[in-house]
Amino acid sequence: MDAMRPIFIQIAQRIENDILSGALLEETQVPSTNEFAGFYRINPATAGKGVNLLVDAGILYKKRGIGMFVADGALARIRANRREQFRDEFVRPLLAEAAGLGISRAQLADMILSDTNKEEGVA
Amino acid sequence: MSTVIEVSGLSKRFGKVVALDDVSFSVGENKICGLLGRNGAGKTTLMQLLTGQQFATSGTIEIFGRSPVETASVLERICFIKESQTYPEDFSVKHVFTSAPWFFSGWDASFAEQLIDDFRIPTNRRVKKLSRGQLSAVGVVVGLASRAPLTFFDEPYLGLDAVARQTFYDRLLEDYAKHPRTVILSTHLIDEVSNLLEHVIVLDQGRVIIDGAADDVRSSATTVVGPRGAVDAFVGDRAALSRQGVGGLASVTIHALTSDERHAAGDAGLELSPVSLQQLIIHRTNSSSREFEQSA
Repeated sequence: MDAMRPIFIQIAQRIENDILSGALLEETQVPSTNEFAGFYRINPATAGKGVNLLVDAGILYKKRGIGMFVADGALARIRANRREQFRDEFVRPLLAEAAGLGISRAQLADMILSDTNKEEGVA
Repeated sequence: MSTVIEVSGLSKRFGKVVALDDVSFSVGENKICGLLGRNGAGKTTLMQLLTGQQFATSGTIEIFGRSPVETASVLERICFIKESQTYPEDFSVKHVFTSAPWFFSGWDASFAEQLIDDFRIPTNRRVKKLSRGQLSAVGVVVGLASRAPLTFFDEPYLGLDAVARQTFYDRLLEDYAKHPRTVILSTHLIDEVSNLLEHVIVLDQGRVIIDGAADDVRSSATTVVGPRGAVDAFVGDRAALSRQGVGGLASVTIHALTSDERHAAGDAGLELSPVSLQQLIIHRTNSSSREFEQSA
């Protein structure tokens, strides 16, 4: 979690993470704003801002009188967004740290490949 | 959204001491608002004025649209839990909870009982025999169970242990969600309550130095850390809230950056770290006191 970000954005990201991990499935109900507020110990208005962010992005939708639900296609939408941000959020800092340590691009590529092989070996 | 508190040009002098100096702000309905600042900043004086317990030297106060002084229709909607509560000499804890409903029409007796249990308050004991923490807990229970449309907590948890404070935050949030109301929370434990707040007002030397949405205030500053030369080049002529250095390293707190600026800082090998509400207030209240000394 990126502490530089406002809390309501962190809340939106945590809900997105739960959708990505499959903890929240499409067309299922998500906890209410007040439940989020209680769980994360934050002001309900802040939690509401995070939820509304996802409503505006088409990730969640409101069923009148019932509550918030995960939208159909939410998973694909979050993946697409996160892939766009992947270079900025992960690759750039990785390259900057590697440059500082004098790790060459080739060595970095080796590390990534050998790690991938290990994971695939396990799987 | 309607306004519950409207303060304009409010000043309060005690002899030569200026406790509040031209204070203006407003608080919207059903918000949890933090009233923060250092010792002697004027927080308690302000709350005494807002609850009609002191007369203003100048300026106006409207609570629910009317002056609070001697206005029963306003005062009956206010609950003010003071830092040092005093009760009649022979009062036991039971007497406090028996008499509280006489003053608060929204009093919820079963909620009060649950809270008494949560805080483990000995109800048969005399109030003056309570420990500091238990006395604070009595105030917290009265403040929560009264469900007053406007509730003031002035340092509600002197002597309360960490578990009891957490219980207070949890019960406050739960009950606020079910029964929205306006809560003014004055405290020194800024980091603990930061995330509970929707609105933040910071007083320093009797003046309002921060007044805004908590989300905006929390993200209004960032600290840049790195080699001194690189930090100085990046900060340039931006206003620095604070500046620290050790060896060749410098750490400068400045106003929030755009995402392009954050990338530029990253490319320059600088580290950015968030500034908590507490740190921000320390920076802001420290620098103004330095300016004050210089001008004096």
